[in-house]
Amino acid sequence: MSRVRVRDRAAPPTLERPGVAWAVPGLLFFLVFAVAPMVGVLYLSLTHWDGLNPPEFTGLDNWSRFLGDSQVRQSTLATGVLLVGNIAVQAPISILLGVWAAGSQRNRAVLSAIFFLPLLLSTAATAIMWRQLLDPNFGLPSKFDWLFGSSNPLGTQQGAVACLVLVTSWQFIPFHSLLYQGAARSIPHTLYQAAEIDGAGRVRQFLHITLPQLRNTIITSTTFMVIGGLTAFDIVLLLTNGGPGTDTSILPFSMYQTAFRTYDYGYASAIASFLLLLATGASVLLTKLSGYDKMSSTLEGL
Amino acid sequence: MNRVSRRWFLTTAAAATLTVTAAGCGSSGSSTSSSATGSVDFWTLQDPTNSVQKTAVDSFNSTGKGKVSMSVIASDGYKDKLRTGMGSSKMPGMFFNWGGGSLNDFVKAGKLVTLDTALESHFLPSALAAGKVDGKLVGIPCRGTQPVFLFYNKKVFADAGVEPPKTYADLQNLVKVFKGKGITPFALAGNASSAWTELMWVEYLVDRLAGPELFDKIQGGDWTQWKDPAVLKTAQMIKELVDSGAFGKNFGSVSYGAGGTSTLLNKGKAAMVLMGSWEYAVQQGEAPDFAKSGLGYVAFPGVEGGKGDAANVVGNPTNYISVTTTAPKDTAAEFLKTTYSDSYVQGLIEKGEVPVTTNAKQLLAKASDPAYATFQFDLVSKAPSFTQSWDQALGLTLGTPLLTEIQKLFNGQSTPEQFVSAVSAIKK
Repeated sequence: MSRVRVRDRAAPPTLERPGVAWAVPGLLFFLVFAVAPMVGVLYLSLTHWDGLNPPEFTGLDNWSRFLGDSQVRQSTLATGVLLVGNIAVQAPISILLGVWAAGSQRNRAVLSAIFFLPLLLSTAATAIMWRQLLDPNFGLPSKFDWLFGSSNPLGTQQGAVACLVLVTSWQFIPFHSLLYQGAARSIPHTLYQAAEIDGAGRVRQFLHITLPQLRNTIITSTTFMVIGGLTAFDIVLLLTNGGPGTDTSILPFSMYQTAFRTYDYGYASAIASFLLLLATGASVLLTKLSGYDKMSSTLEGL
Repeated sequence: MNRVSRRWFLTTAAAATLTVTAAGCGSSGSSTSSSATGSVDFWTLQDPTNSVQKTAVDSFNSTGKGKVSMSVIASDGYKDKLRTGMGSSKMPGMFFNWGGGSLNDFVKAGKLVTLDTALESHFLPSALAAGKVDGKLVGIPCRGTQPVFLFYNKKVFADAGVEPPKTYADLQNLVKVFKGKGITPFALAGNASSAWTELMWVEYLVDRLAGPELFDKIQGGDWTQWKDPAVLKTAQMIKELVDSGAFGKNFGSVSYGAGGTSTLLNKGKAAMVLMGSWEYAVQQGEAPDFAKSGLGYVAFPGVEGGKGDAANVVGNPTNYISVTTTAPKDTAAEFLKTTYSDSYVQGLIEKGEVPVTTNAKQLLAKASDPAYATFQFDLVSKAPSFTQSWDQALGLTLGTPLLTEIQKLFNGQSTPEQFVSAVSAIKK
């Protein structure tokens, strides 16, 4: 596979790449709003700060406490469980829905518009609506015994995790379907025509043409899910508030509690730094493992 | 090119960090010195009594003894805003608060002024305790009292042919009676944001078993008192209550208020609820007829063999106004006098509040429900001690983890023994 790359040195002097000065406005923004706060958080994680008195430098105290904190372990685990649960539920449904929506069936446009509705609601509205629906005394569980039995969805650990996955999926499947719809539409028809001549059925066409062609979209969509999952906060705050107990107290929620409920900004900064590392690591890993960074196209050779 | 940009990058990053850090610390310097008279910023919580406060502020401003400008702040995030404000150069001159531990940090940071003890004679002594930190008066009552007691559904009790509990044994017996009838004995809000309703049970049981002194010591800084046998006994009693179905099966996702515990009570799905005096106002909003004729109330029963007086009360003694070092002293001192004026007290009573001023009793006849108002006033004025809600008394730093542990106990995620050791470990 040979690709042509324009080399700086090969370019004539007049066509040299723009000077670094052009990047100054963008870089300045990035420095002030992204890099500086990050450095600030790293510094705060080395202090004890209650928000009233000046931060007190305590070295690695917060970090050694962090390593021995059972709540952090539980929060990390809960974050992981929610992340895996969300991807496992959302990815397959989004792909099927997206590919279906890319077709030209009757009523497709109308149904797609309906499927798309949940994305238009804010997370706060979604969470409050579902909390009412799932209320054990006045919501669905009190009316549909045959479905819920005597269980109390938001009151148990498994139930609360399942509810979070359900509600998040309900809200974000439309978004991911939209990505897949766009990607599926750009797959050349000739591929399917060729497959049909060769006698491939719809399932084989899906498995051997559609899915491989969607590879880059799958990576993009999964990256969104991973980053979204690591930073999910509003839905947990409003639907379960980390409960029951601390069962769904995922890392961002735990960070919020530490900073704004117990006013321990130093320790919260340590959690925030950990989250930053985790999210960066996950997205780098995802692009490396999937070969996404090679920037190859699925249309190569066509 | 590369090298230049990297160096430039590093310098700018360092400069930006310094600016941010410096801005963060800016507030820690000395505060503005107090002048004789002048304008005071007064932060208050958004609630139905704002109109009473506004009237007080307006009439004060017309006297020429200084000027007070009142900012009304929504209750969600009030504490966060206050905390941020107190750590910045935009510190208010006076502010509404919950007393107790919420003031601790501010006193330690030297942000509050000690108030004139001559003010004390105008208020009920049990309501003043939470306005003091280390014996110094830093908060003056500005609202009604909010004791916690048992509310019950009169019709459900009449149908079952039983009386409200006078002793803890009565209470245990009622659990059996109502459970047998398929009614939840006690509505309880156990979802993660309502753990404070579970805390009320812990507060009352500890008070009845060991007396108010135990928590006094804890609040005073002696965290080892959690190892007291009364705390373990309380945790065991809670476990028994939960296991015997006193709170039903679903409390883990029930929230407080309309659509939650209050609806359970007025629909007769639950017989009782342990709640603060504001429950009456909630019922009035949700089910006015029930509030008028169906809602009963009674003090929390005594526990047989316990050291605590059954007349003791827990809850929020009241809310307070505190004065910071930025406020002109004379203006603030003059303004605080309006909080026990007849017009202010009467305004509160008309809003359904039960003020904690000594002159309130004779004005209570003008309340919308004089019987309920008098019940509350007597409960508070006759109480040998009024323990402030623990989460408020301890402040959020200790109160938040405590609430989490209480929730785990109620949910059966930790045993009574684990509860005691987990709570003991909150402060090292």
